[in-house]
Amino acid sequence: MSGPQDHALLLDRGNLKRRNRLNKLVGVVSTIAALLAVAVLLIVVGSVLSKGIGALSFHFLTTPTGLFGDTSGGISNAIVGTVILVAVAALMAIPVGLLVAIYTTEFAPNRIGHAIRFVLDLLNGVPTIITGIFVYGLMVAGNKQSGYAGSVALAIIMLPIVARTAQEVLTLVPATLKEAAHALGVARWRMTLRITLPTAAGGLLTGALLSVARVAGETAPLILTCAIFRQGVLTDPSEALASIPVFIFQSSESPSPEAHTQAWAAALILIAFVLVLNIVARAFYARSRKRMGA
Amino acid sequence: MDSRDPTESLVMTEQNPEPQASPEASPGLPRPTISVAGEAAARPAKRSREIGNVELKGLNAYYGGNHAVRNVSLGFPSAEVTAIIGPSGCGKSTMVRCINRMHEEIAGARAEGQVMLDGLDLYDSRIDIVAVRRSVGMVFQKPNPFPTMSVIDNVTAGLRLTGASRGELEDRGREALVGAGLWDEVKDRLKAPGVGLSGGQQQRLCIARALAVDPEVLLMDEPCSALDPVATLRIEELIAELKERVTIVIVTHNMQQAARVADTTVFMLNGELVEVGPTDEIFTNPNDDRTEQYVTGKFG
Repeated sequence: MSGPQDHALLLDRGNLKRRNRLNKLVGVVSTIAALLAVAVLLIVVGSVLSKGIGALSFHFLTTPTGLFGDTSGGISNAIVGTVILVAVAALMAIPVGLLVAIYTTEFAPNRIGHAIRFVLDLLNGVPTIITGIFVYGLMVAGNKQSGYAGSVALAIIMLPIVARTAQEVLTLVPATLKEAAHALGVARWRMTLRITLPTAAGGLLTGALLSVARVAGETAPLILTCAIFRQGVLTDPSEALASIPVFIFQSSESPSPEAHTQAWAAALILIAFVLVLNIVARAFYARSRKRMGA
Repeated sequence: MDSRDPTESLVMTEQNPEPQASPEASPGLPRPTISVAGEAAARPAKRSREIGNVELKGLNAYYGGNHAVRNVSLGFPSAEVTAIIGPSGCGKSTMVRCINRMHEEIAGARAEGQVMLDGLDLYDSRIDIVAVRRSVGMVFQKPNPFPTMSVIDNVTAGLRLTGASRGELEDRGREALVGAGLWDEVKDRLKAPGVGLSGGQQQRLCIARALAVDPEVLLMDEPCSALDPVATLRIEELIAELKERVTIVIVTHNMQQAARVADTTVFMLNGELVEVGPTDEIFTNPNDDRTEQYVTGKFG
């Protein structure tokens, strides 16, 4: 069927040779870019680990921060504070974010759904210091700093992350399942509650965990809303609470080298927390994708 | 729900503030007086031929500007299997989806005309769409059991999610599995995930799920297109058994399948009804040239 001149096309020369070289070049460049991304993570984690591990001790984790300039204390108050701030923020942002996602994917007309999606993307792009200033003006100015103010700022940052990830996950739920539920005469809200949400549960949890991981390290909004606090481990969000990011910020501003080491150690704790959350989130997401047949 | 008038529950209660759109609507809806009280207790295989008669009157369906079903008038008699054949895109699935009002779930889709179920117009403004779907069940192309639910929970899903009492679930679930010819294969793994079954078993699970809510009509939209020949045969045997209980409307691409299972066959082309007749006649001696060309494989 093919003459000898056709076989010539199979030889590695001319145009084909050029294409092959380009192919190799693109492969090499993108591999280098990928390695670079991994290297950045390794360098950050490695330097935090090497500089912070020295100051890390049981004492450091279980003792509250000392008075200004005193580096004999630890970060127990900051750990407790961060957990409370993030938990209160999550309680505010996750239910609202989920409901927004449910509304846009299951109930809203297409046009409104797109509009809300766009608004959420805009909200996600607002610099967090702006969010901090907004909450400062709303709750702190003329009043005082508080854990609630900090949590509200964190919740505003969380909301678009929760809502957008939940939207993506909910749209992954196969339309055939929703069809099956419709065809059985199941009301829409009941279908959402009993079919769509359980099917998407893993992915929804992933989005929630990622949003927690994201705001756990937020510093700017907390400096404006929740950074002047009393000594000792505090648990009442109606007064300002210590937090790990604010501790890192304040220690790194200090002239003492011990305080710098403590900042690195606190950074190590924060990074470890975020890494663990991310890994757990991935595991849930993998399970959820399997369930949805993706 | 056993001793009810089967069509009565479709109508929304009078308190429901549904605005009456059509001023010319008759003061009372036609209420067929059908007694199913006798059947309810025994749930017999045979049923009255007066239940589950579907009649389309001047049905038109659209996707936005696309006129997918054109002025179709057609009856689906009770206790019979009617097959709809025709080339891809001829409107057969769309027409069937109008019978349980699933068509309008698609954005931009609408339907006009009448779909009468035992004399009651399912497109009347007083009709509760959700209730229509309990009376007119549906099985889809691809088996779609709920992935979060066990075998038995899948079967009873329609009952549980529409507020049936806990007590009757187990019996109704078993009955539906027996009815769908799946009981012997799954009785030892009722609590296992429904998606763990084979494709053919999953499809029979979906049939059981549709039967469990006790519909009068069962719509099947190419139910075997994702199944192997053995599983297909099982479903076809099942259809033959089920037609005593429910009116079956099956859309199929497979003309042999239509010939094997259907009492009546409908041929559609370009959204129009071309020919309806006893299956034998459609395949051996059709009246319309287009039907003959299609069934002899000249196009489609």
